[in-house]
Amino acid sequence: MIPTTYVLGLSLILFFIGLLGVLIRRNALIVMMSVELMLNAVNVALIGFSRARGDTQGQGLVFFIIALAAAEAAVGLAIVVAVFRTRRTVNVDEITLMRN
Amino acid sequence: MEHTATSSLTATSALLYWIPLLPLLGAAFNLLLGRKLGRGVVHLVACGSVAAALVVGLIASASQLYPLWHQWHRLAETGQHGGVPALVYSAFDWISAGNVSINLGLLLDPLSSVMVFVITFVGFLIHVYSMGYMAHDRDYARFFGYLNLFTGSMLLLVLGDNLIVLFVGWEGVGVCSYLLIGFWYDKDGTEKPGDANASAGRKAFIVNRIGDFAFILGMFLIFSAAGTLNVVELQGKIGELMGIWSPLGQKMAVSVAAVAGLLLLVGATGKSAQIPLFVWLPDAMAGPTPVSALIHAATMVTAGVYMVARLNFVFMLSPTLMGVVALVGAVTALFAATIGFAQTDIKKVLAYSTISQLGYMFIGVGVGAFAGGVFHLFTHAFFKACLFLGAGSVIHAMSGKQDIREMGGLSKKLPLTHWTFAVSCVAIAGIFPFSGFFSKDEILWRALSTANPGWGAWYPTLVYALALAAAFCTAFYMFRLYFLTFRGECRADEKTRHHIHESPLRMTMPLVVLAIGAAGLGLLGLPGVTHLPNYFEEWLKPVVERGPELAAAVHLIRPVGPGALAQSHGLEVGLMLVSLLVALIGIFMARSLYRDGISPSVGRMTEGMSGFYRLVRDKYRIDELYRFLVVRPVQLLALFLWRVVDAVLIDLVAVNILGGWVTDTVGRLSRRLQNGNVQRYLVGLVGGLALVVLISSCPPDNFEVLSQGQKVTWVAPGQAVTLRALQPGDNQDQRQLQYRWSYGDGTPDSPWAGSPAISHAFNKPGRYTVRLEVQDPRWHTKASRTRELEVR
Repeated sequence: MIPTTYVLGLSLILFFIGLLGVLIRRNALIVMMSVELMLNAVNVALIGFSRARGDTQGQGLVFFIIALAAAEAAVGLAIVVAVFRTRRTVNVDEITLMRN
Repeated sequence: MEHTATSSLTATSALLYWIPLLPLLGAAFNLLLGRKLGRGVVHLVACGSVAAALVVGLIASASQLYPLWHQWHRLAETGQHGGVPALVYSAFDWISAGNVSINLGLLLDPLSSVMVFVITFVGFLIHVYSMGYMAHDRDYARFFGYLNLFTGSMLLLVLGDNLIVLFVGWEGVGVCSYLLIGFWYDKDGTEKPGDANASAGRKAFIVNRIGDFAFILGMFLIFSAAGTLNVVELQGKIGELMGIWSPLGQKMAVSVAAVAGLLLLVGATGKSAQIPLFVWLPDAMAGPTPVSALIHAATMVTAGVYMVARLNFVFMLSPTLMGVVALVGAVTALFAATIGFAQTDIKKVLAYSTISQLGYMFIGVGVGAFAGGVFHLFTHAFFKACLFLGAGSVIHAMSGKQDIREMGGLSKKLPLTHWTFAVSCVAIAGIFPFSGFFSKDEILWRALSTANPGWGAWYPTLVYALALAAAFCTAFYMFRLYFLTFRGECRADEKTRHHIHESPLRMTMPLVVLAIGAAGLGLLGLPGVTHLPNYFEEWLKPVVERGPELAAAVHLIRPVGPGALAQSHGLEVGLMLVSLLVALIGIFMARSLYRDGISPSVGRMTEGMSGFYRLVRDKYRIDELYRFLVVRPVQLLALFLWRVVDAVLIDLVAVNILGGWVTDTVGRLSRRLQNGNVQRYLVGLVGGLALVVLISSCPPDNFEVLSQGQKVTWVAPGQAVTLRALQPGDNQDQRQLQYRWSYGDGTPDSPWAGSPAISHAFNKPGRYTVRLEVQDPRWHTKASRTRELEVR
């Protein structure tokens, strides 16, 4: 059986890849994808705990997160499309209207 | 013995708090609801609450205090002294901080019972009078609300069992005085309506503040020396009060009591209008006349005399200070009386007369005749209230005119006012057998027969001479006032003369009652020469007569008269005749000069010494002197603070230049942080989160060395000590930390264990390097810490 530590290690790696993507990528679509990656890293950790504890609470929570992620992706993509229509760009460095 | 006897003469009485509370409730009612209600309700509540306070005070005095007083006298006859008979009531613990504990406590002893009677009885009559005098005033409810508030504060002042409560009342009456002097703050008819009235109120308040400041300092000094401000407890602190107050160095050593008493005396000169703080009282006549009668003649201004009598054991500790008290009183008595010669405003004459009579009371308490001073306070309350109310009745009749040169001949048109006024004039002039004769003569006699070891042998003669001269002046200016107002031909203009009428019954009835008091109350305090009982002095004896504790220091404190002089009844009778003669001369001089208006010889006399006459008429230009010495410098300082400090330094330099630059720079720098780039914000957020996780996941790495629960820096050989790791952060149990110790050479001496503490004994002396290792087995994080430990 694969130790829980390995699952958590995978989760950690995915989470930090996602976090780095959110922090450093310029393209808003990539940023959103990175957010999805962070959410899924959490999902992996929840599944690992669920398996280690031998109950299904963690798995139930994962479904909620998947549904939430879908909704978030829909709204997020709609915003990105709306931004692209008005500003002809999805570069987050240029979307800085809310400043000063 | 002292203590048991004291407690047997003290009883708790819940009646006490009703005495000040009733008028205060009346004030709250009238000030909050009075405007909406009719005048009938307003004066019913106002007069009713004071009458109720009078009744409660009388019941408490007669049924509860009198038996205690009687017991005191029985003890005294057997040579015992058992403290002061008193009723006490402690409402609640008011201030409690550190070693300061102030009760809102009330105390009714013979002295305060006299004051409560004067305040409520005379106050009630003046309330009734006000119903007539203020009948047409717009702010009827406000007036009675203030009057009740004053009565309540004054009762609190005289009933307070410690100086703090006394001071609350002291300030309360000051506020009411201010409010009532400026009562007609919007009175029409001048360029700036009522401005003079309002500034008279401010003047009274500010001058009183100066005295109050000294009063507060005096209280601080007493508290720092004796540790209490309770007047009963203070009497057991004679030793502390006699202690040396030495900020000036040992060469200028004076006792705490002398300095504190002097400061309290300054407070008293403010409230009781003595030199040098008397200047506010004449201006205070701007208030409605009943206010002048109640506050500025009968009650509030006597608070200073009451305070000195209340703290007589403090003042008696310093003969020098007692001498100052009496001298201030004597000089004020004569000084104010001479100003009374040249005043033409009926109320101003009475105001200076009040200052002068208050001076008499200070002579009384200053020569140790506390009962005599309070007796004069008592009789003065009656005849001076009667005089003021009579003056109010005259002003009422004269359509508001107050200049006595325009009066005259009012005796026929105002018969009741005339008779009561005349009786009070005779009383204040000190003619036998009216009340003023007895009270004033007691003071004169004691002034001459009491030597003061703090001053020279000339001292009693000087005080007596000043007081006797003041007695002459009093008789003269009072009868000048009487003849100009009531006798001769009427000098008023046609319109005013047509309007003159006697006042309504509710104004004249109080006059009659007060006049009866002014005539007859002197019989309560018959002089010792008659061998008849002096009820007043007997009643006050427990308060002014000292116990053995104070008597031990008595050779220092009690001004002792030369035996032969003090016993000489012949001299006492002789002095009575002298003062009677002096008063009669004053009256006849006034009669000859002012019987038919101002006689031509007055004009010739004033012309003969016109410079001096003008000086007296201008009240010795004291106001101008104070304006030059105090008011102008303060105003100039205020102008400087406004124009330079406030406008330039603060507004311009500090706010506009410096403050503007700081906010501008900080803003310009910090706005860069908010650049709209969400990714940058997230970097900050993640960084902060990482820091929090890092800190909270660190295992504890510090430990302490305990011996029997106490932290130690060194231990004895063989002594068992506990080494205990300190555990910052929370959830220690869930973290399942493990600890390992090494005691000297760095190699672990104990296995990994879950308990943060371990016991160990160091056997050999020397310096040890104790090392703690902590690990979190789940995360494999480790930390360690070493400390030096000395074993000797």
